[in-house]
Amino acid sequence: MEDNYPIKRIIDDQGSLVDTGFENQIDEQLVQDLYYHMLRIRTFDRKAINLQRQGRLGTYAPFEGQEAAQVGSALALKAGDWVFPTYRDHGATITFGKSMARTFLYWNGRVEGCVAPQDRNIFPPAVPIATQLPHAAGAAWAEKRRGTQNAAIAYFGDGATSEGDFHEGLNFASVFKVPVVFFNQNNGYAISVPIEKQMNSETIAQKSVAYGIPGVRIDGNDCFAVYFETKKAFDNARAGNGPTLIEAITWRKGAHTTADDPSKYRPEKQGEDFVDPLTRLELFMKNYGYWNDEWIQEIKDKTSSEVEAAVEEMEKFPPPNLEDVFHHVYAEMPAQLVEQKESYLAHLGRR
Amino acid sequence: MAQIKESVTKNETTKQLTLIQAINDGMRLLLEEDERTIILGEDIGKNGGVFRATEGLQETFGDDRVVDTPLSEAGIIGTSIGLAVNGFRPIAEIQFLGFIYPAYEQIMTHVSRIRMRSMSRFTVPMVIRAPYGAGIRAPEIHSDSTETLFTHMPGIKVVCPSNPYDAKGLLIAAMEDPDPVLVLEPMKNYRSKRDEVPVEKYTVEIGKGKIVREGTDVTLIAWGAMISIAEKASELAAQKGISCEIIDLRTLYPIDRDIIANSVKKTTRAVIIHEAQNTGGLGNDIVSIINDTAFLYLRAPIERVTGFDVPVPFFALEEHYLPTPARVVEGIEKVVHF
Repeated sequence: MEDNYPIKRIIDDQGSLVDTGFENQIDEQLVQDLYYHMLRIRTFDRKAINLQRQGRLGTYAPFEGQEAAQVGSALALKAGDWVFPTYRDHGATITFGKSMARTFLYWNGRVEGCVAPQDRNIFPPAVPIATQLPHAAGAAWAEKRRGTQNAAIAYFGDGATSEGDFHEGLNFASVFKVPVVFFNQNNGYAISVPIEKQMNSETIAQKSVAYGIPGVRIDGNDCFAVYFETKKAFDNARAGNGPTLIEAITWRKGAHTTADDPSKYRPEKQGEDFVDPLTRLELFMKNYGYWNDEWIQEIKDKTSSEVEAAVEEMEKFPPPNLEDVFHHVYAEMPAQLVEQKESYLAHLGRR
Repeated sequence: MAQIKESVTKNETTKQLTLIQAINDGMRLLLEEDERTIILGEDIGKNGGVFRATEGLQETFGDDRVVDTPLSEAGIIGTSIGLAVNGFRPIAEIQFLGFIYPAYEQIMTHVSRIRMRSMSRFTVPMVIRAPYGAGIRAPEIHSDSTETLFTHMPGIKVVCPSNPYDAKGLLIAAMEDPDPVLVLEPMKNYRSKRDEVPVEKYTVEIGKGKIVREGTDVTLIAWGAMISIAEKASELAAQKGISCEIIDLRTLYPIDRDIIANSVKKTTRAVIIHEAQNTGGLGNDIVSIINDTAFLYLRAPIERVTGFDVPVPFFALEEHYLPTPARVVEGIEKVVHF
């Protein structure tokens, strides 16, 4: 099966082109977009971990190591597309247009952090596993019914492939041939359980055969492979050819969350040979004449000030409105809920 | 419904319909009036649904609006969520309430919470229809009435019509509601009687019960298939000189507290009848509503006549599980002679 689903790669660990088929589609704009967004979300991610350590943020799920997978795929999206992320895909959602400050707020226990900008169809992150796959199929189905060119992407991890909703989402999408891309980030671990204990299949991509849809296995740390293969899957979806299952092989460099200690379950040297996706792109840029010290310094300054501004915005965000405990559950609050709210407000008033 | 006779009255403003025909009629109107309406379910297309709720609809509206889905409850609800947030108005049929559990996570975690989690940026106006209840000698698992799994779920509404008129009116109201609504349909009442049902579109307000029989000595509170049990019990009680008032609750969340309070204040006694298990049953919420609103009017502790704390038995024994008119009469006598 591994032979049927060879890992597609455009640049290798040393940043050298190994597949020249895309050479003429790689230009400075694309290289700079990829690098800028990967650096930007890495800066965000590291900052979030620091803030959590300082007690300025709640439990946080880091994605370091998965930047190429998240940025490469998100840059393949168009403005009207739908994104159904998990709680580890804020690198992708930020790249697609979610605000960093809102994303910090999410990890600070604020519901405002789930709210995407009006012009971006980004669903609140799925916290249970794989439940977002049928949602993506449904949203894509609606686009197909309306005859638009919009499509949906569902992000999910390796563990999600064991859930029933993985099957139900892929099956619906293939039966109704809807424009959706199932973007799997196989980062090796579902919290502590390694992929070989998750499944007895050699690859995740091969599961596509069961649904009669294309499946592709890519080096998820090669931002070009991710970008071009995701784009191809979207082009295919927009052309009316239905869903694609992409397995992007990557590596969760850090812990599952800041409350997790991976040394408990990971062999000591595992991941030592992992070449960071940003380093890989840097090597490529140096190898092929895209490296520009001045520009690099410029975006380093830009991304750190952006992240600092987002932290400030998060910390200056108005305090939570306690009425939001009761609001947004129904369009119109049922009488019993109004009574509960008023009774609680009266209680607070008496203190 | 080709094989079932529909008699149209002279002025043609109403039709004599069974409950299942009224549901079919309501869905036909919703499909006609709003292009966004899409019906999803198992065997609902060519087959017209196992109870024929969707009979003839695929033929009229096409297989992309009345959609035979894979056998996949979580898939039906999960894709309905995606359709609903993206502008469609799905009606998802779950073949039997006893088969809804694979979709429970989708309903509990997403259908009911998307409005809250997105601060109303995304909403899922959709209807889930599910036949429920025992008493039709169905195979095991087909007879559950687990309504409290859903009334205990903030973010959705639960309605349960007992008759054809309410069935159509509540279904249309559910579709017009900006929030998701679970419509529980009593299978036992699907064809038990016909009502004059308006041909036109109309709604029965969600959150409002109805006094279906006025009385003075005791209030019987029931819904769905238990309304006819309450009616039979009240006839038996009348022979003993006891006058029963019957409330058809119609909406199980949000419950019409005023109708309960006003009736119990008047009759000073209450008997609650439901076929669901006793522990954790909706009867307990109704007891607490009476406690909160009419406690000082009560002349007797409230009686509950319900199913037992057991799975619904195989049908050879289901009559011993379901509340009967005789059991309800015992409950009535207990509160009247307290």
